[in-house]
Amino acid sequence: MEIQSPQFREKARKAIADEQLQRAMGKAKIGFVGKRKKAVDALPEFEDLRSSARAIKDHTLEHLDLYLEAYERKVIASGGQVHWAETAEDARQAVLGICRAAGARTVTKGKSMITEEIALNDFLEKEGVRPVETDLGEYIIQLRGEHPSHIIGPALHLNKEQVEEDFRRVHTELPAGRDLSQPESLLGEARHILRPQYFQADVGITGANFLVAETGTSIIVTNEGNGDLTQTLPRVHIVVASIEKVVPTLEDASQILRVLARSATGQDMSVYTTLSTGPRRPGDPDGPDEYHVILLDNGRSSMLGTEFHEMLRCIRCGACMNHCPVYHAVGGHAYGWVYPGPMGSVLTPSLVGVDKAGHLPNASTFCGRCESVCPMQIPLPRMMRHWREREFERGLNPATQRFGLGFWAFFARRPGLYRLATSMAIPALSGLAGRERWFRSLPFAGGWTRHRDLPAPESRTFMQQWRDREALKQRGKMA
Amino acid sequence: MSGREAILGKLRAAASVSTDDGARREAVEKRLAKTPRGLIPARGQVEGKERIALFCRMAEAVTATVERVKTADDVPKSVTHYLRSKNLAPSVRMGDDRRLKRMDWASQKSLEVKRGRAEPEDEVGVSHAFAAVAETGTVALPSGKDNPTTVNFVPDHHIIVIDAKDIAGDLETVISRLRRKYGRGDMPRLLNLITGPSRSGDIEQTMLLGAHGPRALHLIVVDG
Repeated sequence: MEIQSPQFREKARKAIADEQLQRAMGKAKIGFVGKRKKAVDALPEFEDLRSSARAIKDHTLEHLDLYLEAYERKVIASGGQVHWAETAEDARQAVLGICRAAGARTVTKGKSMITEEIALNDFLEKEGVRPVETDLGEYIIQLRGEHPSHIIGPALHLNKEQVEEDFRRVHTELPAGRDLSQPESLLGEARHILRPQYFQADVGITGANFLVAETGTSIIVTNEGNGDLTQTLPRVHIVVASIEKVVPTLEDASQILRVLARSATGQDMSVYTTLSTGPRRPGDPDGPDEYHVILLDNGRSSMLGTEFHEMLRCIRCGACMNHCPVYHAVGGHAYGWVYPGPMGSVLTPSLVGVDKAGHLPNASTFCGRCESVCPMQIPLPRMMRHWREREFERGLNPATQRFGLGFWAFFARRPGLYRLATSMAIPALSGLAGRERWFRSLPFAGGWTRHRDLPAPESRTFMQQWRDREALKQRGKMA
Repeated sequence: MSGREAILGKLRAAASVSTDDGARREAVEKRLAKTPRGLIPARGQVEGKERIALFCRMAEAVTATVERVKTADDVPKSVTHYLRSKNLAPSVRMGDDRRLKRMDWASQKSLEVKRGRAEPEDEVGVSHAFAAVAETGTVALPSGKDNPTTVNFVPDHHIIVIDAKDIAGDLETVISRLRRKYGRGDMPRLLNLITGPSRSGDIEQTMLLGAHGPRALHLIVVDG
């Protein structure tokens, strides 16, 4: 998809004014947080499992080339094919090549963020292959011509009335008077419409949550069962996965599974964890004749060994955005690309360039909740700081911000001058505020005071108060 | 240069900064050969009756229904009862699994048993589990010539028969059993780990059962 991250500010402003979105986000921010907490509290070993899961990924990343080679050998041994794709375009061409060879007109798709990253749907459509999203949320946003606003809840930004409107607009063959007022009826209708699609599709495309080097297995973790129908019924199954999805063994996958669903939806285990190894075998009554894996790099190898290395541990659970006050306020679309929230603010600049996504690391209050809930213990705030530094070094932020920072830095490097300046400014501001102790408006701070009041400072600076406090303590000791 | 060599080249360049290659290869071979277990939560580490009870409890917590029967001979009757209680037509789909085949389905007078892969019109699928996991209420179903995958996903109702002795405490134990059966480093084409019936929370986070897979999951545990 087109990168719209440079428009973050405008998009965020619109999002905050969007009543439908704010209603949907109001529900979203309560649901996920409570469910995760309940699941985590019920498992005393959860914190230790986080460390264990993290260690598995750290080990894997140190040996990524070797595990990928081992994985490839096992896929081939089980009758599958591996296609290496350096770029999004390489991956799209690989998918198209397989579809063409299979004479495919329709492909069904399980939910996959990687195929969003490579903008597969638009591409396939242009090439005359019809992609059908089968995950309920993905299906809804495909009808709307939108992109996911959340990595595990693609239609999180919508209310049921909006979905009803879309279904009535598109499913015109169904009776006009039908009741679609409840989520149940909407789900039933989507199930009814999509059922035949699975049987008609020539190719099924899924992502992968894990690739297992030990056995050449790809794993999808889902709740709906659409991924399984997608990969079982068509003649060809294509797995599109990025290179950091590999883990060494089945035990390693099991270990990470214990933190994945709990962090994502608050389930102990998702409904369907499906391990696929190669195509249909002799005598099998069903399953695909061909099994392909497309291994996508798309910039990830360049993150290894850099300050963004640890981001490659991410297992795409969505916990960071579920707990992010900025995400709650603006929703996923404001981030302007595939990955929203804290993980997106770190990953997007890595994959598309800080020049195009520099706003995103600034969309953070640095409250640290994302890191505290991340099952892979990824230091997201620290990495956002790294991006801010790079953005500043490359002169990418606006002149006023650079001037302001430069102004502050001039004083910060000169403690004597800093103290003198603040000891004069603080009492002045304090006096100006009068008895109310709040500023309704303030010159040069309109951006703040337009939406909220600014608390007036105490009459003395922190340093002055600290000095007094220490002096008081000393006197106390002497007495 | 192929994409493969380009990607691997970059990964090697990033990795060789810190360690020498021999040691890295050795570490990888060792891990793949030893397949060490990670941290296993205490929850599933119970024995005998307690483990079976835990499995049933966890499965019910994810809205599966659970029924316990004494022997495998009781299964056909249970299936008939289930169909009646749900007002379903007396017809089931199943693979050629020998454990299911040994059961006396003919004893159920009006019950039609269709063999082979599932078709769109099938309402009820019956499978036999390879193993189950008490820790999470999960059932493990490998595919094979006698076990079509479509039976697990196409029908609206999925009935799974589980031998109580096959219920393990944790997934790692099931993985060890798979290795013994299929060989080290090898897997069945498909392994379905199923924890409750299909669901979706994609509309306003309201969790609804029966998204695209079975709307209902019924587990018959054979104490045997």
